[in-house]
Amino acid sequence: MNRLIHLRQLEAESIHIFREVAAECQRPVLLYSIGKDSSVLLRLAQKAFYPGKIPFPLLHIDTGYKFREMIDFRDRYTAELGLRLIVHTNRGALKDGANPFAWGTQRCCGALKTTALLDGLRQGGFDAAIGGARRDEERSRAKERVFSFRNERGQWDPRNQRPELWNLFNTHIHNGQSLRVFPLSNWTELDIWQYIHAENIPIVPLYFAKPRPMLVRGETLLPVEQPFVPRLPGEQIQMVKCRMRSLGCSPCTGAIRSDADTVPKIIEELALMRRSERQNRVIDHDQDGSMEVKKQEGYF
Amino acid sequence: MAAAFATVESASTFDAFLELEQTKDLLRFTTAGSVDDGKSTLIGRLLYDSRNVYEDQIESVTKASAGRNVGAIDFSLLTDGLRAEREQGITIDVAHRYFSTPKRKFIIADTPGHEQYTRNMVTGASTADLALVLVDARKGLLPQSRRHAYIAALLGLPYVVVAVNKMDLVSYDRQVFEAIEQNFRRFLAGFRSIEPFFIPISALQGDNVVSHSSNTPWYLGPTLLEYLEEVPVSNRAHQAPFRFFVQRVVRPDLDFRGYAGTIAAGSVSLGDAITVFPSRRQSIVSGITTFDGPLDRAAAGQAVTLTLADDLDITRGNVLTASGDDAPQIASSFEATLVWLNELPAELGRRYHIKHGTRQEWAELASIEYKINVNTLEQEPAHSLEMNAIGFARIEAARPLAFDSYNGNRTTGSFILIDPVTNATVAAGLMSGAAHGDSKPRAAHVTWQVRDGSLIISRDNSGEPVTEEQLEAITNLLSKLRIEKWF
Repeated sequence: MNRLIHLRQLEAESIHIFREVAAECQRPVLLYSIGKDSSVLLRLAQKAFYPGKIPFPLLHIDTGYKFREMIDFRDRYTAELGLRLIVHTNRGALKDGANPFAWGTQRCCGALKTTALLDGLRQGGFDAAIGGARRDEERSRAKERVFSFRNERGQWDPRNQRPELWNLFNTHIHNGQSLRVFPLSNWTELDIWQYIHAENIPIVPLYFAKPRPMLVRGETLLPVEQPFVPRLPGEQIQMVKCRMRSLGCSPCTGAIRSDADTVPKIIEELALMRRSERQNRVIDHDQDGSMEVKKQEGYF
Repeated sequence: MAAAFATVESASTFDAFLELEQTKDLLRFTTAGSVDDGKSTLIGRLLYDSRNVYEDQIESVTKASAGRNVGAIDFSLLTDGLRAEREQGITIDVAHRYFSTPKRKFIIADTPGHEQYTRNMVTGASTADLALVLVDARKGLLPQSRRHAYIAALLGLPYVVVAVNKMDLVSYDRQVFEAIEQNFRRFLAGFRSIEPFFIPISALQGDNVVSHSSNTPWYLGPTLLEYLEEVPVSNRAHQAPFRFFVQRVVRPDLDFRGYAGTIAAGSVSLGDAITVFPSRRQSIVSGITTFDGPLDRAAAGQAVTLTLADDLDITRGNVLTASGDDAPQIASSFEATLVWLNELPAELGRRYHIKHGTRQEWAELASIEYKINVNTLEQEPAHSLEMNAIGFARIEAARPLAFDSYNGNRTTGSFILIDPVTNATVAAGLMSGAAHGDSKPRAAHVTWQVRDGSLIISRDNSGEPVTEEQLEAITNLLSKLRIEKWF
């Protein structure tokens, strides 16, 4: 018998991680972000606990600015799988007028994502939050642990992380501390798409190319679902054949021009792609190393 | 990912490409090196030349490089992750890199090579199939190259590829390369488990990293990437006897009772006779359940759920093995090589949590026999182990563990120690064998505590009542002590 091919090996390792969380943590929760990585996480969780049910709820941090198609997909898919879904929104900040144009990207993210996440975790009393982050996404993630320790304020200290050897994960924490767990740590973007293809995993239709109304601003295609997206003089909304490479809030997620309307075509496109995944996200352009700053504050 | 260009261009159809992608295997390797030996540059070069770097990443590091005194692209910036490091220009932790070629997927565990980072090298090597050791051609064999090779051998890596770097700075001199090779081979002769391979390279210039160099016409072997693509990945775990740590007991309803876990070694088939440790109860495998349907057989690395023909008392942390196979060792007192990972030194007599597979117990550090000088490999007397020290110790667990020697099985022969106060992972352990004189049967695993003035006796620290047999033994004992009223 040969060794497992890479996808099956990654799958088995992720299943092992899911089972460790369920066995050793008191109140785990799966942070569900509706994107392709979340869809893969759900499939792996199903596999990990089969023939039992996924033994923890899903938590979605809804900023209020997600694409409508994302919310439709979320409600339909989680109901279909019979999962318990908790949605948490920072309503106070929204009432105070939080949006990326009025508040700036960083402050808006801080309120609607980071604060909302920490509040959501605290309200649920969750001691372990399972997320879909991958180490290949961004340079500062390359050193992230699979079981990542967070202090009482939910913050990450890159100098105070536990060494992880073999497949022996240390889940010990004191009251008020928590863990973030990343079963997809060793997956790459291409692995995710190959797995979606091999397993026929449902994903939000926004990943597939079709003509969509966009503000075309230089190289950037800006979706216009929210009324507050400002238009420059003379700017018109155009129908552009495009798709989303990663999903976030509609005002801060740039689309890419594409004809890829099936998973194999997306994989083909990716294989020829010369720009990294997060480059299309407006939010990461704030400053060099900005993801690391957000993580230290408690961002996922 | 970008690396796939070559494949897409050469595959006759896209379907063929997809099919090829689905059959690739995975090679994990570890690198170690210090600030000046060009390790980050080598990894950056490997990613760049195999087209695994995106344009915007190159743009962002080209921007950053402009402020530093380096050539056109500073490849090391592609891999140096954290901002603090970028400012100091050093790598301080284990960073993971991913790349793929038409032949294979690779995961690199990239670690610093300085002595004070021994713990990171050990961490990186713990999951690796191969170690890539860098040697500066100008400096020859330095303590850190030896250290890295020693750790690779200690952690059971079968392959060490030695990249003799900066050949451009010694005029691509064949004699320099061969002298280093000879020297290193002599050193490695002590580790019979290791198969070394030597390649002359220049990470900065790209010689023999991805493409063959005309500067080294005397070197006829593969480039570094060719070697990494071709080296056979170890399947030692497949040939070892069947081992399975129970991770969770799965009971979705009254009709199903299964044991979820990842097969640590060997394989299991329907109808196989198995033995449960530590209870030594036996049964037959009646089902191998997965989300994708039942299997007839499963092997090392697969995450499955097993059902048994008999209803046995099996919990998380139990080990299932093939009956009649080489049985695991059962002992609560055992010897192990410890790598100390924490600022707080090892303390004799102190109690730690031990995590062995999916089993957790209390364990005491009973004695430290010696520590190993990682530069000279000599044994030195020791009473404690400081951070980054490697020593040989005897551990006493509260209850017996079923294990194999680390040399025989990386999964059932390894453990970590966790400090109960700080919760830090303080040590990595590689088990050798049962300590001498451990054959005595342990007491009946009864725990007691005083609560509200009453003595509570329970079984196995589990809160479950003691068995009839244990109760009888306790009654006898207490009567000998002339305690009559004890209920």
